[in-house]
Amino acid sequence: MAINSDQDIVTARQKGRALAIELGFSTGDATLIATSISELARNIVSYARKGEITLKIVHASSRQGITIIASDSGPGIRDIRQAMRDGFSTSGSLGLGLPGVRRLMDEFEIASEPGRGTIVTVKKWKL
Amino acid sequence: MEVPILKQGAVLIATFQAALSDADLNQLRMGLVQQVVKFRSRAVIVDVTAMDVMDSFASRTLREIAHMIRLRGAETVIVGIQPDVAFAMVQLGLTLEGVATALDLEEGLAYLTQKFKNID
Repeated sequence: MAINSDQDIVTARQKGRALAIELGFSTGDATLIATSISELARNIVSYARKGEITLKIVHASSRQGITIIASDSGPGIRDIRQAMRDGFSTSGSLGLGLPGVRRLMDEFEIASEPGRGTIVTVKKWKL
Repeated sequence: MEVPILKQGAVLIATFQAALSDADLNQLRMGLVQQVVKFRSRAVIVDVTAMDVMDSFASRTLREIAHMIRLRGAETVIVGIQPDVAFAMVQLGLTLEGVATALDLEEGLAYLTQKFKNID
């Protein structure tokens, strides 16, 4: 899904919730997934202006889950450790986006290069 | 999608829809404060029952709305935060500190009635 505007944020999180429910996630977990998508998509719009959110169904030996990949070719993050701290923000936001998403999801990976862009990959497993 | 604002006596009631964009939230923030001024309202109830996601932006906007309205001398009550939404908010670290909340519209109105009685 292309993320270019605040309207795309709403569409992306609605699609994420629908997919989660379809896979049999509880409504609680579907809300966590939708909220994470909202935060990641907003980071794209705020910092890179445009990017992409990809949703994937993942299978492991005995479980199923959802992977959300948020990628952009924006300015990138200079200090990832700082960006992962609660309350740190360069945009005047609350600074809870990335550390918050890490708490909402089961797995969290971030790769970023200044000037090249950022890719955040998160996973939620179905209980 | 615009948020309908209802006037009931000295209270304004704004009812959120599920799919509010950032632009809608910003518009609501201005709209509510202007209406509080126009109608000399004493309180605002923001009903978020239909909201399926309360992320950091929505939460910050609600807090700003409450603080702006307080500066006008009126009170804001957020009602109807769903259990799943509350759970996600706590995990994210969103607190809505300093903003009154109530279970639903009825409880919110009861809270305000009590509060105004005490003032009078």
